[in-house]
Amino acid sequence: MSSRTVPGSGLWKGMWVLLYTMVRTIFKPKKYLATVNYPKVKETPVARARGVIALDQEACTVCMLCARNCPDWCIYIEGHKEEIPPDKPGGRIKVRNKLDRFDIDYALCMYCGICVEVCPFDALFWSPEYEYSEAQMGDMMHDMDKLQDWLATVPDQPELEK
Amino acid sequence: MELLTDLMSNFWIALVLKLLVVALIIPLIGMVIGFAEMKLSAKMQARVGPYFAGGRWGWAQLIADGVKFFQKEDLIPRDADRPVFKVAPIVVMAGTVALFVVIPWGPGVIFRDLDIGIFYALAISSLTTVGVLMAGWASGNKYSLIGGLRAAGQLIAYELPLVFSAVAVVIMAGTMSMQGIVEAQVSAGYPFVLLQLVGFVVFMIAALAELSRIPFDLPIAESELVMGYLTEYSGFRFLFFFLAEFANMFSMSAIAVTLFLGGWHLPGIPADVLEFAGPLILIGKSFLLVFAMIWFRWTFPRVRQDQLQSLAWKWLIPISLANVILTGVFKVVL
Repeated sequence: MSSRTVPGSGLWKGMWVLLYTMVRTIFKPKKYLATVNYPKVKETPVARARGVIALDQEACTVCMLCARNCPDWCIYIEGHKEEIPPDKPGGRIKVRNKLDRFDIDYALCMYCGICVEVCPFDALFWSPEYEYSEAQMGDMMHDMDKLQDWLATVPDQPELEK
Repeated sequence: MELLTDLMSNFWIALVLKLLVVALIIPLIGMVIGFAEMKLSAKMQARVGPYFAGGRWGWAQLIADGVKFFQKEDLIPRDADRPVFKVAPIVVMAGTVALFVVIPWGPGVIFRDLDIGIFYALAISSLTTVGVLMAGWASGNKYSLIGGLRAAGQLIAYELPLVFSAVAVVIMAGTMSMQGIVEAQVSAGYPFVLLQLVGFVVFMIAALAELSRIPFDLPIAESELVMGYLTEYSGFRFLFFFLAEFANMFSMSAIAVTLFLGGWHLPGIPADVLEFAGPLILIGKSFLLVFAMIWFRWTFPRVRQDQLQSLAWKWLIPISLANVILTGVFKVVL
């Protein structure tokens, strides 16, 4: 049995919904308002909100995977090899990558999150912070110290869904 | 009072005073309706709406918008037909202002009680569309041109049902004067909407199309035509179109109120109170219709061009014609 409706009844239904919403929003704004007075009142973003990307410098190995996978090419990475002298004479010198520069240009970033996904050493995290607009376009380039600062705002990972 | 009559006896001073009144009333009405539209639409969608400008409720939002428009650069495109481009907003505004001439605000309160009042009102309201067509043509922009031509097609289609549904009222009232129509309703004891419900519905639908409000906003149609005939306008000229749209909403509602809802008259209110309450009653009734227009706008999606035309030619015009014939027959028989 397909439920049949009277043609044109949708018009009245739509009008009723709007009137109903309007009346209850006017008289009980606290309960029914879906938005807030933004600069005065702030919403708490959800735990997995994609606000800004934070960097853990210690974990980064300069593997460049994030920069190469970025569809917008908005990640700038530079690094150099640092030689650690061998423990015993005649041993092999150890090499590790040292991060010199890690910039994300948020004027270009489209918040796809591929860099966070692709990072093999968990150096990149999503933070729900969203208030970092600037008056100048160039100031949207966040250097690695600023990205490190965002790390403090990263919430604990929510439990995996069973 | 004596000073006022003294001043009004001088033609030029009276002219300046009347112009000042018009220059105050029309932007004021436009702003009130514009603000109501912003705020009510917000509530209908469970949003807050403007709340920042002016402190409480954001009451100064439209004033802030106006100041913003004044600061904008007055751009005229290189390919534009400059004189026509400049005149178009003035033509639109002139049509709007001229419509206020025949609105009966109260018993004896009317700018000019023309014998052909309703005829004049319907004729002059088409001037707005001429301005729109001028704007669309002169902008030198394909979107503007399409918008302007759509407005012209819409005007031709919806002018007929608008006129026919008014004709039925004129037959009932036996006069074309706006005050005469209101007085006919007063003496009949009931507003004409009781017998002319069909005419009222047709008139409101056609008025929505004349004002190119959603669901008939094809001349503007943001998602298809950028902003239609308004695409190339900026600053004060844009503000003119904007204010004219909202003031037109009010004047069309006021005409509908005069024709169908008894104008400045409310049953049960004595004549001496009506002298003062008349304008308030008219404004109150008109704002009810304006609210309905805002309500429709946020409920219904835009119709397609073929739906727009078939609604007018296949439904509204035959219905309103039949309405005219029936009204005429009953007028003769009874």
